[in-house]
Amino acid sequence: MNPVRFSFLVLLAMVLMACSGQEGTSQGDGAPDEYSAGADGAGSGGSGDDSLGAGSRFGGDDDMGGEAQMFGPDAPVENRVVYFAYDQSEVSEQYRELLSRHGAYLADNPDVRVRLEGHADEQGSREYNIGLGERRAQAVRQYLLLQGVGATQLTTVSYGEERPGVLGSDDEAWALNRRVELVYSR
Amino acid sequence: MLNPIHVSKGWVLLLSLWAISASAELRIEIRQGVEKAIPVAIVPFGWEGTGAAPFDIAEVVAADLARSGRYAPLPRADMVARPTEGRQVDFGDWRLLGTDIVVVGRLIPEAGDAFMIQFQVFDVLRGEQLLGYRQPARASSLRGAAHRVADLIYEELTGIRGIFGTRIAYITVTGPPEKRQHQLIVADADGANARVLVSSLAPLMSPAWSPDGRKLAYVSFEGNQSAVYIQTLRSGARERVSDRPGVNGAPAWSPDGRKLALTLSKGSPNLDIYTLNIKDQVLTRLTRRASIDTEAAWSRDGRDIYFTSDRGGAPQVYRVAAAGGAEPERVTFEGRYNARPRPSPAGEQLAIVHNDRGNYRIAAVDLDRRGTLMVLTSGELDESPSFAPNGETVMYATRQRGRGILATVSADGRIRNEIAALEGDIREPAWGPFRAN
Repeated sequence: MNPVRFSFLVLLAMVLMACSGQEGTSQGDGAPDEYSAGADGAGSGGSGDDSLGAGSRFGGDDDMGGEAQMFGPDAPVENRVVYFAYDQSEVSEQYRELLSRHGAYLADNPDVRVRLEGHADEQGSREYNIGLGERRAQAVRQYLLLQGVGATQLTTVSYGEERPGVLGSDDEAWALNRRVELVYSR
Repeated sequence: MLNPIHVSKGWVLLLSLWAISASAELRIEIRQGVEKAIPVAIVPFGWEGTGAAPFDIAEVVAADLARSGRYAPLPRADMVARPTEGRQVDFGDWRLLGTDIVVVGRLIPEAGDAFMIQFQVFDVLRGEQLLGYRQPARASSLRGAAHRVADLIYEELTGIRGIFGTRIAYITVTGPPEKRQHQLIVADADGANARVLVSSLAPLMSPAWSPDGRKLAYVSFEGNQSAVYIQTLRSGARERVSDRPGVNGAPAWSPDGRKLALTLSKGSPNLDIYTLNIKDQVLTRLTRRASIDTEAAWSRDGRDIYFTSDRGGAPQVYRVAAAGGAEPERVTFEGRYNARPRPSPAGEQLAIVHNDRGNYRIAAVDLDRRGTLMVLTSGELDESPSFAPNGETVMYATRQRGRGILATVSADGRIRNEIAALEGDIREPAWGPFRAN
């Protein structure tokens, strides 16, 4: 085996480990869902209250597990996404209750960690959009810290426009791509 | 030669864009040239060995000159004679065809896998030789040698150094949304000889050439975190040079190759410009505002760094002393969105992303005349401008029917080409430096 080939295999192994190793059992609602998040959450783009109302989908669950299922690691994807206005990073009123519930869950479960993934729409330059995504992720982080979540429970990453939730180059697609996703790991 | 990292054969179908093959990965289309491209004849080169010629030098040379937009090569079918050396050239024939310049040459086999390319350039109107040259080559480097021939001809005719032998780096994205494959690719400036340098399910961004053309810095998100890497092209060896908390982005090499300008957030909501001494890892912070400061690019003398900042409310281009300790000054004033500056090789212009009445387009900012701005492109989401090392052309990313493609535009906006991949998106072009001869 020549050295280049070998170094590639090492690299590939590193990438695969990085992609699959860290999330433990929660990987299932990690990476794959990231892509469908925007599409599934389409209805919630303009109405956070509607997405909160989806509780009946999990009806019949016991009272202990209800909050965790709605706003913890098992939260449906539409409950793990917060959307933002153009060029804005302020958490708007309609997502505060959703984030407060995640905050309450995290404060009660200090071993649980969340990665806050910030995203931007495709307009403008890519590295600047990384900045916009980071600002959004940090805004959500600040909000959760105020709910009593420990700083060590939260990490941020900005993907800018590199991982669009939905494809398309119109206002609707852009609105769904300006978002922060909460990705739980245990 | 670049030593590629082959990932899986399925992804590495990256062939010559000028090849007839239907599986060619890239395709260049000349959209708009100068009004009066100069008619030239690049006569098929003679082959002095046995059997079929191993390579069609003249085809590559003609394609290069055509792509420059300044020259219109005569179709082979229209050539009434096919001389391969100067004394066979009948200037009368070529005058009748309206050809201004004739290039003739021969490919001569030498010992082992060595070749000699011998060629001559003639001014038809004056009936005199402009250039005679012998260019050695190896079997594996005939395409590169053909680009060198085109560079020599171009420089002889225009006085401007040719960029046909340079390389470009870019990012491709293919596959379904849930399994998007990101690749960092290095290719010849015409898209041929494409090699996959890195392949990853996580995003790759912001390739940046070292000044000597031996390395690329880039951003990778493997492990759900951004980090800046430096990878050596020849060996494929790579080094992670920044993986601080938060954003690690927008690497840019200093002209002496010793430092990288980087964008770091260090866990804060604000992005700032730093320089990193690659050898001793010393960081110097250049900006301190509660703003997005990013997309650094060094001035050619290494004294200043241009960058994007929204400290004034919207993104504009600023300039700060690379040594630190100075307050940045604003450079762009026209319009409400000016970002991602890239200085021209001579340093008199910046190529930027400019919001032109709702459309993101590439513009040139004249630094000598206090920011006079000229829009060069006509897309809706144009981005990532990168100057050719001779300053004549800017490559950038644009959209065509919803897909990401690359395009070039001459610095005066007159000559345009497009480069598309056969599948997926292609983006973030970075034009490499001149290659040492």
